[in-house]
Amino acid sequence: MWEYTDKVLDHFRNPRNVGVIEKPDGTGEVGSMACGDALKLTFKLDQKKRIADVKFQTFGCASAIASSSALTEMVKGKTLEEAEKITNQDIADYLGGLPEQKMHCSVMGREALEVAIHNYRTGDTSKKILEGRVVCHCFGVTEEEIERVVRDNHLATIEQVTNYCKAGGACGKCHNDIAAIIARITGETPPPVQKEKPRRLTALQKIKLIEETLEKEVRPALRKDGGDIELIDVIGDRVIVALRGMCANCQVARFTLKDVVEAKLKEFVSQDITVEEEPSK
Amino acid sequence: MNVYLDNNATTAVAPEVIEAMAPFFRDLWGNPSSMHAFGGRVRRYVDEARQQAADLIGANRSEIIFTSCGTESDNMAIRGTMEAATERLNFITTRVEHPAVLEPARWLKARGHNVIELDVDSSGRLDLAQLQRALSLGPALVSIMWANNETGVMFPIKEIAEMVKAAGGIMHTDAVQAVGKLPIDLREIKADLLSLSGHKLHAPKGIGALYVRKGTRIAPFLLGGHQEGGKRGGTENVPYIVGLGKACELAKRNISEEMIRVAVLRDRLQKGILETCSDVRVNGDQIQRLPNTLNISFLYIEGESILYHLSDLGIAASSGSACTSGSLEPSHVIRAMGVPFIAAHGSIRFSLSRYNNEAEIDYVLEKLPPIIRELRSISPFGRT
Repeated sequence: MWEYTDKVLDHFRNPRNVGVIEKPDGTGEVGSMACGDALKLTFKLDQKKRIADVKFQTFGCASAIASSSALTEMVKGKTLEEAEKITNQDIADYLGGLPEQKMHCSVMGREALEVAIHNYRTGDTSKKILEGRVVCHCFGVTEEEIERVVRDNHLATIEQVTNYCKAGGACGKCHNDIAAIIARITGETPPPVQKEKPRRLTALQKIKLIEETLEKEVRPALRKDGGDIELIDVIGDRVIVALRGMCANCQVARFTLKDVVEAKLKEFVSQDITVEEEPSK
Repeated sequence: MNVYLDNNATTAVAPEVIEAMAPFFRDLWGNPSSMHAFGGRVRRYVDEARQQAADLIGANRSEIIFTSCGTESDNMAIRGTMEAATERLNFITTRVEHPAVLEPARWLKARGHNVIELDVDSSGRLDLAQLQRALSLGPALVSIMWANNETGVMFPIKEIAEMVKAAGGIMHTDAVQAVGKLPIDLREIKADLLSLSGHKLHAPKGIGALYVRKGTRIAPFLLGGHQEGGKRGGTENVPYIVGLGKACELAKRNISEEMIRVAVLRDRLQKGILETCSDVRVNGDQIQRLPNTLNISFLYIEGESILYHLSDLGIAASSGSACTSGSLEPSHVIRAMGVPFIAAHGSIRFSLSRYNNEAEIDYVLEKLPPIIRELRSISPFGRT
């Protein structure tokens, strides 16, 4: 089980202000079923332009429900200008803290509030204001949102960004982009992203690529001297070849193997390749 | 009332097992390898436990290697077979295996092995034609689970093992969820290797076993001792081995009778939920399914919330939802089956044991529907 505070559990078990306000002044909907959590927030203002009533509906885990409930309690009686200043950290603090992996629940609350206020001011009913470039396509997180959570919460690693706004939490393709955003905001060098892995080839792709490389890069030179090379076997990164024709009995050609063939295969296929000559029978 | 319905995660240790183990902490603490009476007295209990484990699965005593857990058994089976193989083997497995198999698969892939993960359909079943095609690609080690831990879906292991052997392959099955819940007879099933885990059948955590069919080549997993035929060094964990033996004996004695009783309870739970809750779907094939498992999705709500409310009422279950694991995606099994998102985040697994009774199931059926209604009334997608 998660280490939830008593306050989180209280707001989860006894959520405040559940429901939808009829004819609200502002509505904010964020998240989706696919993402695993979603929040709909509606509010009504009084004559002094303070939030008189606010209600929520949440699809999500215990901390998502608790964050939404807490948010409604926090904004009641506030002007929109005051409510706008609430950060996700304020929501987490109100609840006595959230587990790091659940911080995105507090961010969802803050986002829904922003969308609802935006809706009140502009009449814009779009579910989510997608401003700027989408960085994480899996969860639809924009550059602006990532910048915001990094600034508000002083985040320093990609993992933290994922915990706070889910960006980078699925396929991982955007990790470099997230690292760059963190670096730009913190003014520091990017945290080390996992070294780009050497591309993984299937056995078949590898053999094909080796054969292609031999054909294009090696054979033309050998053929000029009346020789040839044949691919015998590929065992992991060990490439077994046989020299044919004029090369077969040439001592100089032995050097060719290491210096030319291996170098070419390292360059075009994989750094790990070693070349061996087929043992003579 | 406390109702424990998470037996695919771990089980209560049987009182008979605790009783059987106790003397091996107090009096019989000798090293079974020793050349004196302290050790000699203990040796035969280890042999007896090995026989009890073998009897449960229709094996010979010499084919049982005691390990520390199911994960170790799986690792030993896969890495030990690959290491001992005289030729480079492909590795064939499924997308819904336990991480104890999927992680070694990744490890093999990183070392250049050709790894093939078979798909499952929306009911969690395999396509045996796909397996046949994979087998035709060359010599292979095949590791396919007997029954899935999340859905309880059982694969046709007899048929699969026959296909693998006919193709000249080596067959391993992770039977951690099957042993003790189903009758298993390895004289009829041609698997070469089979993993089992003590704490899934009312023995304690920290003990497991690997069945290695006579003649199967496997490299030692722990170097540094003659124990377990030199395949797994280290002084025998005697009390736990004795405990596992006792648990196997208990399982064998009552397996058919008990599992019918458990299946009746599980079906009562399923029927009750389907009758009292709208918008639910049972995940996984309902015919080829472990007698104790029910995986069911409650649409429009999220699993962790359900679990916390159940836990408040003394009911223990588990979920394949993203939020419970701390990851952001639903479980790999739920995703492999293509369960739509609308249902994936609200999947709950109830797994029973012989210690559950009708009153407990009725208690769950009384408490669960209001929780579901309550959460749906909070959900923006809820239809109440």
